[in-house]
This record gives sequence, structure tokens and C-alpha cells, in this order.
Amino acid sequence: MSKPKPTDIEKRVSAAGSTVTQSSETLLEVSDLTTYFRSSRGLVRAVDGVSFKLDRGKTLGIVGESGSGKTVLARSIMELLPRSGLERNGSILFEGTELIDFGPKEMRPYWGAQMSMIFQDPMTSLNPVMKIGNQISESIREHLDVSKQYAKELSEQLLVSVRIPEAARRLDEYPHQLSGGMRQRVCIAVALACGPKLLFADEPTTALDVTVQAQVLDLMATAQNERFMAMILITHDLGVVAGRTDEIVVMYAGRIVERADTKTLFSNMKMPYTEALLKSIPRVDQPSHLRLSTIPGRPPDLVNPPEGCKFAPRCAYAQDRCTQEEPPLREITPGHEYRCWFPVGTPEGAGALANNRAQGTTATGLVFQEPEVATTTRGDG
Amino acid sequence: MAGTGDAHLRPEEDSLLRVEDLVVTFSAGSKKVIQAVSGISLDVIDGETVGLVGESGCGKSTTGRAIVQLPRPVSGKVMLDGEDLTTLKGEALRRMRPEMQMIFQDPISSLNPRRKVRDIVSEGLDIWSVGDKASRDAKVDEVLNAVGIDPVNGDRLPHEFSGGQCQRISIARAMITNPKLIICDEPVSALDVSVQAQIINLLQDMKTRYGLTLIFIAHDLAVVKNVSDRVVVMYLGKTCEVGKPEILYRQPAHPYTAALLAAIPVPDPNVKVSTENILGGEVPSPVSPPSGCRFRTRCPRATELCAAEEPKMREAFSGQYVACHFPLSPGETIDFHSPVTAKN
Repeated sequence: MSKPKPTDIEKRVSAAGSTVTQSSETLLEVSDLTTYFRSSRGLVRAVDGVSFKLDRGKTLGIVGESGSGKTVLARSIMELLPRSGLERNGSILFEGTELIDFGPKEMRPYWGAQMSMIFQDPMTSLNPVMKIGNQISESIREHLDVSKQYAKELSEQLLVSVRIPEAARRLDEYPHQLSGGMRQRVCIAVALACGPKLLFADEPTTALDVTVQAQVLDLMATAQNERFMAMILITHDLGVVAGRTDEIVVMYAGRIVERADTKTLFSNMKMPYTEALLKSIPRVDQPSHLRLSTIPGRPPDLVNPPEGCKFAPRCAYAQDRCTQEEPPLREITPGHEYRCWFPVGTPEGAGALANNRAQGTTATGLVFQEPEVATTTRGDG
Repeated sequence: MAGTGDAHLRPEEDSLLRVEDLVVTFSAGSKKVIQAVSGISLDVIDGETVGLVGESGCGKSTTGRAIVQLPRPVSGKVMLDGEDLTTLKGEALRRMRPEMQMIFQDPISSLNPRRKVRDIVSEGLDIWSVGDKASRDAKVDEVLNAVGIDPVNGDRLPHEFSGGQCQRISIARAMITNPKLIICDEPVSALDVSVQAQIINLLQDMKTRYGLTLIFIAHDLAVVKNVSDRVVVMYLGKTCEVGKPEILYRQPAHPYTAALLAAIPVPDPNVKVSTENILGGEVPSPVSPPSGCRFRTRCPRATELCAAEEPKMREAFSGQYVACHFPLSPGETIDFHSPVTAKN
């Protein structure tokens, strides 16, 4: 990777007025990626055959419960997982370069400069005994051939661009002197320092208050627009991804169970898991004391996942077929895929529900719980 | 943002818990004092759920802990069932402990990892030697069943359970002494949305079945709305607004309540994300809180009056109380990007 001249960097780092006119083309293409961990209990299939594409400048949301493999997927793409006991196969094409066989040495020019990551907990992802200025300029000095003084100036500009007040003074402070929201802004500045083309944000606002969460998400969206950067936003909160992504991937048990552009996913979801996730969120426009729909049970054991559909044991639609045959990922309209035999909103789905309602239980022995129609606007009570 | 004033309190004889002018401070070394809670008043009627909401550092958890006298408040009254807990000491206070229990945020670290689940749950009964061993065992089985844990698994250790199950065990532990009041401090914040819904439903079931009274502390406004009969919005150790959730969420009178509501992400892509109109800035340091109304440094409506005089609680609409000099009228919106007129 050739080192860009400072003038280029200035252009990429400067916050305002950039007029990048790149055509929308594929930046990242992941095909059939598997990530297994060998453990004493057996092979943990954390990511099991995931494929997706991400265009430049676009935002992809990855949604799922804890243990669905969303974090492992992101770290697997960036090659940030511990290597012992790891089995990683498939293909990761980044700007046409195959990354799957790269080790830490080969990935070094990519980390920070081409792709970077923001983590959930801003306290533990910053070095507590290193000044903030040095944490930002560290990657600038690593990747770009610039002087120490210039790196410092860039760091200050970055802090200004993530709207940290008194940026010059903050450079000499330590993470513990900042609030949680400010620390996450510093993490964003570190991640953006070398102008990456792809930013992973792994639950970036889960640890933050709701007002600060909105500020941080807005900041990330602004930075993304200015830099024409692609972003992968990982979260368990469908509310966070609804207004801020172009496309959403729903993961369950290490697999993609539904993928669609954001509007389609919310208006025409096909996978019962997506429906169940959306309905379990309490909403402010619902009346108080409304009984919430739940997803019974827990995500499956990734060492011994159930036969057939992995979600069947918790699914209100489950039929005998679901326990025997795993549904393939089928494309219903271009860009909308799902993995279900009895999809939501289809005659098959309605039939499965009617059948389970009549019997009182599903094919997996679950007591039938009526999935209400997911409403997006509901009047107050 | 006053906490001064208690216009929102209901008649004393109705309330199970009545907190008046509660003040809690912590020492931060070198003569600095953190004013965590500065004159909060609230009341809870038997069988009611009162939700406390606010950003981190607003003193909601400290309020919950100060009610059970951990830590002791600097001043103020905490009347539980007619008994002022702040005046009780030693054995007298200990006698009151079974009446008030807590459920914490992190279900895994709030259970002793080396004790069996059954022992954790029965500890309250064992300490008070309630009945004989057999009746205590029966009670533990009953409560474990009620929270959805099979008593057969009672001999396991906490790490063998998931986060949601551990939170169920915490609820069982809190309920075993038949408390009058349970304080839930962010009980679902660490859980997945699917598990969060299970725990919220369980708390509602327990409330119906055992007639519990809850104080529910959370930063998630949607969760608080779902569980609460009455909501108290807090900011930097003071009360902003108190009211019924149906009205308070539709018609916030305090600019801070409006700001919190505006920042909630809605799980609907057709709802436009308000990138412009969100509250800027952060909560000021509780070591040197702003004079007058504590919210004024972030409030677009602030004037000299807000810096000079602390607003008192008063009735904005029927049954809804606000501590603000310039409350919003029904249907009025607020622009958080207009300049703040009175700085410090």
C-alpha cells in the first residue's frame, strides 16, 4: 500500500466540503465465511456460512441476540480473533483483494488505514495510561508518512471534527478524565484517523445514555457522508438500525436468516425471528402495562445446534418440516433473502399459524403464543 | 429543575413510601463534594410502580439506594409504612430490611458465584429463621417456580444459568421475604431485547400475584413507560417532572423530558431520524452544579431567571407536576438548536 501525501490526507481528514464522487461499487464481498472455534466440548460454529456484499459509502446493519455470531463475524472479517483453536474459511474480498489467508502481519496495513472498528465499551477500548493525543496520532504515524508535529495537528482537527470541546487541551488528557460519551467520540476519532474505507461499529452506543446515543450516531453518520465511508453497524437494537442503515442482515445461530434493504425488512419481513425481535421491543407509543411479546427460550447451543431450522424450537410457526429440514436462504425479490419454510405474511405462514393455533402447541412442543401483527404506528391508550 | 417543593406528593396516609427532601452527597477528596441527590421528594402508593428515569449521573440509582439507607442520606425523611428509616439504627433498622429488597442491573455479579441458587434464594428466610427447614424449602420451591426456574435446578451454581435466568433468581431472592417494597435498579438494561421482554412480563406477573410495590429505575423511557403507574424524571440530583406515563409521554411539560423523548430511536425506518433536533452537551459535573435550575446550561429556553432562582414543583396539567419556570404548553415543541441565552 503506497503512503498518500499529506495533502491527500488533509483532504480526507478535513471535515467539511469534501465532494467525493465515487461511483457505488462493491467494497467488501464476503462469501460463505465460516468461523469455528475448537473447544473441549466440540466445534463451536460461531459463524456458519455467511455471504453478503457491501458497496462503498453504504451502511449495513447486523442485528441479532447475544450469541448470534454478529460480533465474531465482524472480528473475523477484520482478522481480530485469537488464532488458537480458530478455523476460518470462505472468502473475504476487500477491494478485490482476498483477505482470508492474511495473518496479522499482512493485515497490519489494513487495520486503521483501510478498515477500523469502534467497540461497545469506550473505557476498555482506550489505553488508560496513554494520553488521548498519542492514541490518535499513533495510527496516523504508523500508516502515513507525516511528522510528529503534523500528526498532532491532525489529531486536534479530528477531535474538533468529533465535536470535542477544547480539543487542544484534551490531547494531553487521559481517558478517565472524560465522560462516557466523550470517550466514545475519542474512539471514533481514533477509528477515523487514517480515513478508513470501512468502519465497523460494534454496539457503539449500547453503553451510552439515550441523548448521548443520538449525538454519537449522528456524528458517525456525518463522518460517513463526508468521507464516503462504508459502515457496518452491529447492534441488538432494531430501533438504532431502523433510521440509520441502507440494508440489514438478521443473524441467528451464526447464519444469516434474513437480509433486505431497511424499508423492506421493516415493512415486509418474512422471517418469524425478525418479527419476534421487533415485537419484543417496548415502545413509547404503546400504552403502559401492555403485555410484551417475548421470544421463549434461548438461542441454541452452537456446538450441538438442533436439526432443521435453528429457530424452530422458539418459533410460533414451527411445523414438522422445520425440525427435519433446514430451510435454505431463498431470494424472494432482488436483495431480499430469508431462511424459512413458512414465512410471515404468506399463505404457508398463515397455514402454519392456523395449524399451531388449533393444536395449541408448535411442532417443537412450544405452547402457542399468538404473534400479533407488528404495527409501526400505534395510537396511545 | 428544582427538587425543592413537594406539590406532587399525594396525601401522606395513602402512601406506602414517602421520601421528603432527600439529600445524598459523597466526598470526592480534596474538599470536593459530589451532590448526587439534592432534595428529591417522591411517594409510592401501595401496589403501585413508580419509574425513575434520567441520564447517567442524575442520581436515580443513588436515590434508590438511599431509600434502603445504603448509603445513609445526609438529610431528608424516608417514611416506609409510617416509620422514618433515617432515624432508625442497628437492630431497629435491621428489622425493617425484609420489608425492602433490591434487584440490581448485572444479574451475574449480583449473585454469589460459589453458592447454590437454592441457598442464595433462601438466605433471607434462613437469617430470620422463618418456620422450620421444611417450610422454608417449600417456600423456596414455590418462589422459584413462580419466577420460572425449575426447583430441580436449585442445586446448581449461578454460572450455569444465562443472564435472563440469573435475573429471575435475583427476583426470587428479593421476593422470598414478602417485602412491601422492591427497588429494581436497571433490572433489564444488561439483557437482550427478547429476554428483557420476558423479565418485564415476569415482574408484572409477580406484581399481580403477590401485590408488590416497585420502584423501577431505568434509563430506557420505553421500558419505564411499560411498567410504571407514575414516572419521575430526574436530572442532576433534582426532580424535573412527575406524572402519569400516558400524559407525561404525550405532553411533556419540562424541556428535559421533551429532550429525552425526542432522542429515543424508533424501530421504524419511515420515522425520520431527527439529526438536527436533539439535545446537545452533557450533564454538568455534580461537584459544582449550575445555580438556579440545573438544566439551564443545556436548555434553549433558559433566561436570567433560571440562573437566579430555582424553579419549584407545580402542577402543569391535572395530575402532572413540573419544576420549570417556562414549561411547555400542550402540543408545543422545542428547538434544541436555538442558542442558550443564559450561560452560567
